[in-house]
Amino acid sequence: MKHYVFGLALLLPLVGTVAAQEAANPDLVKRGEYLVNAMGCHDCHTPLKMGPNGPEPDMSRGLSGHPQEIKITAPAVVSDPWIGASSATNTAHSGPWGVSFTANLTSDPETGVLRDYTEAQFLQMMRTGRKQGQGRAILPPMPWPPFGKLNDDDLKAIFAYLKQVPPIKNKVPDPIPPKQ
Amino acid sequence: MVRRESGSSTFSRAGMLAAAALLACAIIFAEGQASSHALDTPPRLLSETGLYADAGALVVDPRNLPFSPQYPLWSDSAAKSRWIRLPSGGVIDGSDADAWTFPIGTRFWKEFSFEGHRVETRYMELQANGKWLYASYEWSPDGRDATLAPDRGRRDAFALGHGRFHGIPGTADCKVCHQGGPAEVLGFSTLQLSPAVDAAALHGASGAAGIKLDYLIANGLIKGYERWPSLAPVIEARSKAERLVLGYLHGNCGQCHNSRASLANLGMFLREELLLLPGSVVETIVGKPVKKSAPGQSADATYRIDPGHPERSALLQRLSSRYPALQMPPLGTVLVDDEAVAVVTKWIAELKVKEGQ
Repeated sequence: MKHYVFGLALLLPLVGTVAAQEAANPDLVKRGEYLVNAMGCHDCHTPLKMGPNGPEPDMSRGLSGHPQEIKITAPAVVSDPWIGASSATNTAHSGPWGVSFTANLTSDPETGVLRDYTEAQFLQMMRTGRKQGQGRAILPPMPWPPFGKLNDDDLKAIFAYLKQVPPIKNKVPDPIPPKQ
Repeated sequence: MVRRESGSSTFSRAGMLAAAALLACAIIFAEGQASSHALDTPPRLLSETGLYADAGALVVDPRNLPFSPQYPLWSDSAAKSRWIRLPSGGVIDGSDADAWTFPIGTRFWKEFSFEGHRVETRYMELQANGKWLYASYEWSPDGRDATLAPDRGRRDAFALGHGRFHGIPGTADCKVCHQGGPAEVLGFSTLQLSPAVDAAALHGASGAAGIKLDYLIANGLIKGYERWPSLAPVIEARSKAERLVLGYLHGNCGQCHNSRASLANLGMFLREELLLLPGSVVETIVGKPVKKSAPGQSADATYRIDPGHPERSALLQRLSSRYPALQMPPLGTVLVDDEAVAVVTKWIAELKVKEGQ
């Protein structure tokens, strides 16, 4: 598995995803799509693949998180001054917290992480950095502290958009604890 | 299940809240009780919050009423002291037995001590805008005052041994539990302050101390109590072991896992409720399959409580772990509550015996 050290900046193009299929409020969904694209959600939740211009998001897997077929079994070993590493897909991240895998944000009813979320839970999750707003801590590098500063309307728009992103079945693995 | 009358009351909670807020605003502004600090800006020092009548001698203001929930939240064996201060003339609206509404200006303090040393004091204040202010104060080493903790808390506030530390929660951490249900105040409630104190409650040695429901009623500090099924509610259970477990779950898990919480869609209700619970707590966990396996949970733990099999009961596995992705409660402790694990283990093991009878 190739790893990109965190010090390397990954500049990704802003990309769109498939248009809304079913939405109660098209304006809300459109606003959500705008925010998701502008705020870099694809940077980690859409796997990178190598293209002629270097790493680029694989939009056939848009927002589906860490690919289930890429098996990672242990944290990366890095030397000072590095503190962590990322997989070539930029969907697995290793650091003092162990290994975290980016979630499947699509609307897949079996593997999408938001399948059991209510809107209120999504907002609370972005405010507290915890699963469903109250569960285990969401691991780095998910930047929930700045995202949590968005107002309720923006967060509701993001949720509305994500809930109608076309489903991609992809079971993201559980995080790996740090070595003791 | 909490002992209650048959039938249920229906009312408009939103309307009640709005009315209560308006009434509280009227009270607060009529009496000039508004806090001196800016909105959403807690005082820098604990001594500036009104806890003490004599800050130098740490003498608590007698207007701050001490209380102790009979089913306390366990926090790595911290000793706790708690006080409430109602604004002058302020009255709690207890019409909703499971979600009291407090007057604007209400303040709560909870002091945490380890090994006889004050470590932190948590503070809540219902502000003029109807929103609760949350703050934590960390005590100085000389124990003379406590200073507002960083917004993200402090993870190494007190060494518990073996490389573990009691941490002071950040503001977001406070909201994880306190904003999970219809009432942000958790330990000051109908069941927790019942004068029929459960003497057997786990970690409830101080449960009889402080004011109870009868004090609030006798002093005109609460209204709406005539709608309660009982003025001395108790947890009804089929055995002492079950009551012990239900009391513990109420105080340690029910703040998030209840029928009116954000997590209600999990269908796991661990808070004893007086009016609204459609079924008993036991019915939502015993023999009920887990919805989603947590990281670190064993593959055979497919039920929340597997009767007769504590080792493969998901609830117990999560209670017994402090791996952050698995542990329950998910925050607030870094140690396993061994007493609770023993009690819950015994209860689950006995469930098999009962089934076989």
